[in-house]
Amino acid sequence: MEEVDVEPAVTNIPAASSGTHLGFAWGPGDILVYETLYKASGTGSGDIHEVRKDEDIYSPILRKLFNESHHIFVGLQTIREDLPSKNKKPQFVSISKNYRSVIRACMEELQQVAVSTKVAEVAMQYGNQVSILLAIELIWNLCEVLFIDAAPAGSLLLHLLDWVRLHKADVDEKAREVLQSESPAEHRDYWDVVVSYVLQGRLEEARQMLVKQATLQPAARKMYKQMDTLLSKMPFYNPGGTQTLTEFDVKWRHWHEEVDRCLQDNSFASNKHLELICKILVGDEDTLLEHKDLLSTWYHFLVTRLLFCHPTVKPTELHYYAQSCLTMFLDSRSVPEPLDSILLAAFEFDIHQVIKDCSIALNNWWFVAHLTDLLDHCKLLQSHNLHFGSNLREFLLLEYASGLFTHHSLWQLAVDYFDHCPEFGRVYLELQIERVPLDTERKALKVLRICEQRQMSEQVRSICKIMAMRALRNNRLGSALSWSIRAKDAAFATLISERFLQDYCARGTFSDLDLIDNLGPAMLLSDRLTFLGKYREFHKLYGEKRFREASKLLLSLMTAKIAPRSFWMTLLTDALPLLEQKEVIFSADQTHELMFCLEELMSSLNTTTAGTDRPMQDEDIEVTKVELLRLALARNLAMAIVKEGTVEA
Amino acid sequence: FFFRFAAVYVSQKISKSRWRPVSHSSLQQADIFATGSWDNEDNKISFWSIGSHGSSGVEDGFEGDPQLLCEHKHDGDVLDLQFLDQDRIVTASSTGAVTIFRHHQNSQTISVSQQWARAHRYPSDNAPCTGVVCSSPEIVTVGEDGRIIVFRADQEGVIRVIDNADSSTIHAVTYLRTTEILTVNSIGQLKLWDLRQQSNSPSQILSLSGDRVPLHCVDRHPNQQHIVATGGQDGMLCVWDVRQGSTPFSLMEAHSAEMWEVHFHPTNPDHLFTCSEDGSLLHWETSSQSDIPSFLQGGRNSSMTSRSAMAPAGGNQSLINAWLSGDSSKGRLETTHMLPSQTLSVNSLDVLGQCLVCGTDGEAIFVNRQVPV
Repeated sequence: MEEVDVEPAVTNIPAASSGTHLGFAWGPGDILVYETLYKASGTGSGDIHEVRKDEDIYSPILRKLFNESHHIFVGLQTIREDLPSKNKKPQFVSISKNYRSVIRACMEELQQVAVSTKVAEVAMQYGNQVSILLAIELIWNLCEVLFIDAAPAGSLLLHLLDWVRLHKADVDEKAREVLQSESPAEHRDYWDVVVSYVLQGRLEEARQMLVKQATLQPAARKMYKQMDTLLSKMPFYNPGGTQTLTEFDVKWRHWHEEVDRCLQDNSFASNKHLELICKILVGDEDTLLEHKDLLSTWYHFLVTRLLFCHPTVKPTELHYYAQSCLTMFLDSRSVPEPLDSILLAAFEFDIHQVIKDCSIALNNWWFVAHLTDLLDHCKLLQSHNLHFGSNLREFLLLEYASGLFTHHSLWQLAVDYFDHCPEFGRVYLELQIERVPLDTERKALKVLRICEQRQMSEQVRSICKIMAMRALRNNRLGSALSWSIRAKDAAFATLISERFLQDYCARGTFSDLDLIDNLGPAMLLSDRLTFLGKYREFHKLYGEKRFREASKLLLSLMTAKIAPRSFWMTLLTDALPLLEQKEVIFSADQTHELMFCLEELMSSLNTTTAGTDRPMQDEDIEVTKVELLRLALARNLAMAIVKEGTVEA
Repeated sequence: FFFRFAAVYVSQKISKSRWRPVSHSSLQQADIFATGSWDNEDNKISFWSIGSHGSSGVEDGFEGDPQLLCEHKHDGDVLDLQFLDQDRIVTASSTGAVTIFRHHQNSQTISVSQQWARAHRYPSDNAPCTGVVCSSPEIVTVGEDGRIIVFRADQEGVIRVIDNADSSTIHAVTYLRTTEILTVNSIGQLKLWDLRQQSNSPSQILSLSGDRVPLHCVDRHPNQQHIVATGGQDGMLCVWDVRQGSTPFSLMEAHSAEMWEVHFHPTNPDHLFTCSEDGSLLHWETSSQSDIPSFLQGGRNSSMTSRSAMAPAGGNQSLINAWLSGDSSKGRLETTHMLPSQTLSVNSLDVLGQCLVCGTDGEAIFVNRQVPV
């Protein structure tokens, strides 16, 4: 038995009262739950409950996420394998950014709806979805920096700063409020904004804010000037420039010493705010920890600490700082939340732990499936194989796609995901596609197209058969025949041809002539269909008074054994008017053949119908018919012999 | 370069998109379109505005996304959608119902103005209504039941039914002239029906020779009523002259899967647009110097291959192709992919003036306001 990572969540089935026995059946994304114990008194309900794991699929706004990301996913799969990895990296980063911008767009829309709705419950539901998406985007962004972009020392910090700035955007909101007030420098949030800017390394913006305060305090002008110089001189690494990392490090240390000197000689002692900024600049941990409310998260603390203490941090050193920041930031009493563990695992470069924790913590497969796929394309997951299924990427994609397939409308998206699962994708698709409900022919055609493009002949046959059966049930023989021709289903084509012939025998006319007259090569699908087409051709020739061709065709239908024996009497009866024509149409040889056919039919009838007792009346009609035929044949033979003899003489 | 499309994701697969007609007298631009959805638990018809008239944000070159004006529940998939007039729209439903909806432009609401439930049906089941065409007040519908039904708006009953008009499914219908309609079916036939005749059989049948490729869409040339274009399961574009012969005048390879719609440009018929299950939207342009459109130049049954049209989408290949036979110097045909590559079907398109709208199974609506015609 596998070890369980977390205690499984309990889902209460509302209608199932306690004490009842429940059975269940697995579905691709859901399970069906039903009561198994029926009491004679009838207290057990016959209800079947559908338990869904992935509720998000049914959110109309998240549908946009699924559709847009599907497009990005397909684009990612077409990136050529043989390109050197150096050239691919920018593509992967841009794809990662595309995914994130889709998440952001979706988040913004959810936020708008959450704000505008008047129903508290709905607002909360949307609010929850927003916070989930926020977390997803936060994790994705960090994975992009650490794994996909894999920034080296120097650039790494710059990327982490961007990451924190993007996800701690409430500073900008606060700043806007302050700046729009009558006297920004006297606003109660003024210093919070300045300090927040410094904590995020947005020193330009901090300086602009400080100017407002400086103008109000002409006495302290010199001190403000000094702070401004310190801020403006702080070196930032420029990855595109000519400066090496060591040169930057030397320069940064000089600056750091200068800040430290200012602190030692109490340059800012008279202004607690400037003193505070100075302490932050020197990277004083206690000062930083005193401003947890402005940092709000341990990872903000981490990035700020790196900025002012270790700006050339290497990726391999990250985990050490991350772990210590988490411990320092959280009280000894509080327990890290799932998000904290996930981020920590990312800082430890433990990709599999990130994916595993996300799979457990999040209620949808969308995130882990797409992220894992992208990381796999970056060749970051090579060594990991599961002891079930194929590999992690494929396992997660299959889970996600199977979830989509349970949706009445999103199933179409899943097809492309299955296509890009080399090991089991096809089997999954084969099993799922047959189960798509087919309400209209247009939908059937779309499903068929999917199957035909993938040479899934078994499924093509099955779908056509379903459609053919439905058409037959609705008495649409033409449609039924078309479907069985498309499926190349000879047995079914035979069945329908029989129906056509029965109808003809009963009514004396053909239905659906537009179809039968245009069978073309499709006629060869089954013997019975060939007969149907040829027999109709006979009627056409007869109708056009092309008697000689008609008679030849009629005879060949019997001699070449195309016509079923049961139909021979009808054919022979059809020959009667031709035999009765003034002109001789059947030659002597042909007449002989006709006679032979009749005798063969009679002898087979005698043996097969010996036991059955048919009504006398029917028998009489048959006997009369045969007598008539024999007479006509004999007369025609005589005429033909005379005529043929005359021509030769 | 791709044409400038505004795209909006709408959380429903779009089966049909149609511009609201504009009056010919005024030089009005297309501004409102309607869409119908399919395959959803609750399907809808929706009206959208592209807000081209003086609304803010458009002047600075930023094309705004289409804005939803109003929507209304629709029973079953919307299989076809046609405007009857400025305010009324007719839908064909997979439930077999034919419904006229009224769009109240003052209150931006929609109401059902008239409905014929189960207009198309089998003896014991509903039959999807697959196509509708309007010439106000007359409405003609076709269905999987092989029936052609003629209705009149504001009249409760049915004007005329042609039972067993087709032994297979009729996929689309169009007017040739006021008293004559043309249907296409799933065994590759075009049938002409003269509604003045009481007979229940077509006045003419045209068909693709050989393969019985199902036809899915048809459109009539706006000026020359005898010219029609059809598209079918194999993605081929066929142009027919119904006066001559019973086989297509020309066949052109266009898409790699079902062509769902074909439309001549209503005022500039040298341009033609097609969309397909393969996820592409094509713009066809003939640059004929003679009076005859080059669709009709060249020999009969001459097959013109424009393989370039199926070259990897994503680029913007446009290759000039002249007719292979006849006077090839006179007619040229150019095809251009209008949408960046995507894998999901483009189910519907409509073009009016310089505006084009299309809807996809990827749950997106694309609008282009600068179609070069």
